[in-house]
Amino acid sequence: MNEHTGQVPLLEVRHLRKLFPAKSAFLSREKTYIKAVDDVSFTLMPKETLGVVGESGCGKSTMGRSVLRLIEPTSGEILYKGEDFTKAKEATLRKMRSDMQIIFQDPYASLNPRMTVGEIIAEPLNIQKRYATREETREQVIRVMKVVGLNPKYYNRYPHEFSGGQRQRIGIARAIALSPSLIVCDEPVSALDVSIQSQVLNLLRDLQESMGMAYIFISHNLSVIKHISDRVMVMYLGHVVEMADKKDLFATPCHPYTQALLSAIPVPERHSKRKKILLQGDLPSPANPPSGCIFHTRCFMAADICSVEKPELRDLGNGHFCACHFCGNCAGKETKKESKRNMES
Amino acid sequence: MMEDKILEVKHLKTYFHTDAGFSKAVDDVSFSVEKGKTLGIVGESGCGKSITSLSIMGLVEIPPGEIAGGEILFEGEDLLKKNEDEMRKIRGKKIAMIFQEPMTSLNPVFTVGEQIMEALMLHEKMTKRQAREKGIEMLKMVKIPLPEKRFDEYPHQLSGGMRQRVMIAMALCCSPELLICDEPTTALDVTIQAQILDLIIELKEKTGTSVMMITHDLGVIAEVADDVMVMYAGKVVEKATCDQIFEKPMHPYTYGLMHCIPKLDGDDSERLSVIEGMVPSFDDMPKGCAFCPRCSEARAICQERMPELVNAEGRLVRCFKYTQEWKENVE
Repeated sequence: MNEHTGQVPLLEVRHLRKLFPAKSAFLSREKTYIKAVDDVSFTLMPKETLGVVGESGCGKSTMGRSVLRLIEPTSGEILYKGEDFTKAKEATLRKMRSDMQIIFQDPYASLNPRMTVGEIIAEPLNIQKRYATREETREQVIRVMKVVGLNPKYYNRYPHEFSGGQRQRIGIARAIALSPSLIVCDEPVSALDVSIQSQVLNLLRDLQESMGMAYIFISHNLSVIKHISDRVMVMYLGHVVEMADKKDLFATPCHPYTQALLSAIPVPERHSKRKKILLQGDLPSPANPPSGCIFHTRCFMAADICSVEKPELRDLGNGHFCACHFCGNCAGKETKKESKRNMES
Repeated sequence: MMEDKILEVKHLKTYFHTDAGFSKAVDDVSFSVEKGKTLGIVGESGCGKSITSLSIMGLVEIPPGEIAGGEILFEGEDLLKKNEDEMRKIRGKKIAMIFQEPMTSLNPVFTVGEQIMEALMLHEKMTKRQAREKGIEMLKMVKIPLPEKRFDEYPHQLSGGMRQRVMIAMALCCSPELLICDEPTTALDVTIQAQILDLIIELKEKTGTSVMMITHDLGVIAEVADDVMVMYAGKVVEKATCDQIFEKPMHPYTYGLMHCIPKLDGDDSERLSVIEGMVPSFDDMPKGCAFCPRCSEARAICQERMPELVNAEGRLVRCFKYTQEWKENVE
């Protein structure tokens, strides 16, 4: 983040929370909530990619959607180019949204099967009344199709005629048709085969270079996150546990969860020297999160304090944030060394 | 080379006749699994890796499927010649299978325990009481906490990782000779995946079961496999030991697969190398080598006919690059 000082952030999210009401006992006055996203704050610079990583149920998708207000956040502020996005009313909301788009995970479910490719890509252009005539709209659609590598002769085809990778290209074309400044990519390559995945990742990167968009890139795959992001945020049960520049995060992961996550990925390499940190147990239910530090039930470093007191997300310098009692200036260096030794041994 | 082979598949051909057309899902595939070893089968969706395993289990639906030829020798007997009754005695008892999605492969209206007991009572002729004891012991073995309690719970009460553990317990309860794992960790989170892979490796060592691991993830292969078979469009394109494959992938497709995944220790300022295009559909197979349209090294000969599996550097590769013809066929 340090290198961006002086720039105006594109997006500032402050204390974003999203609670979903959970089933409560009949006639009970007490309402229980599932805290899907709990107190998440970050800033995003123009042309930057923020990778959001975590396991299923950690709230990364809910977070991404809340930022666009596709899911109405419970509380918190979202400042987009300095304007408060959370308070925007219908007309302004629609206008602001033309600048932010989303790409979904499932290229089969996110395209309307009754619309042709041309209609799908033209839809955002029509809603925003970007062009006065049909001809101009059509020209833009064809331009965008070429950019994402779709042959314009497919203009009148339907989504079912395409493979997964090509459908994802249609989804990307729809997202970039309005030349937005921000795209939330919600697991855009998870449903694709590896050879297609690399094509789509390259495309997203090329588009960012040529169009200057910022991405919030949500994925459970750390290798993909490392490849595409500038900065990375690690989420666990609705909380941010660590956030840092990509290099810092992958070189010196501070939070035990990040360390475990990193060590758990199978590497395509024989006799890999990395030692695995095997976490015990499953993810706790977000309806009934553990007390104190949310990770302490599975943590290999947990001490007494962890179940009692919730660790703050502290700045360790250089824009490296971590929420753990045992990291930072005091014990942190030691554990860092230790964990490094763990990984190497 | 001639070690004990638990399973030997010879020239297996599984075809499908559908409304969309005729497809050779598995086209002349031969391989063997050695006793106590793990064979990894890698490939992208549609390459025929799952159909291969379903053919072995006798679970291909006929029609639209058709086993058009070949032999599947298990303990010296051809499984393709067995009738349904005989197969039922082998399935679950001698060959067990774990599927990708544990929720769809467990029956939601029976408790976990009832489902484990079913196999034990059927194959091992155990009484209810014995089966219950053995079942709980199995749950303990796959490290499910509070096995006595979990035994009487329904699948929906368990998490994804827990369900996959139940599937493994179920598969191993009759101590099968061969365990077929079809993408066992694909639907799981990485930290859970690490637990499950660890468990499979541990149990394999403990019980001496041979394993067939089907996956698209080369990372998983590197971790568990002894031998690897790479499939593309229904055919075997490379077959080697795991060390050989990772040291030097020889088929252009294997090479491409290995280099198109982002690496944790790689330089990520660069673009990813890609395999252009996509897997050809079965009604639109190229005349020559199936990988030819996506191959960066293709020459004229590749478009003309399908290369044979040839022996090269102690392994099998289906590519003209390693034949005499290649040298003669200069651009």
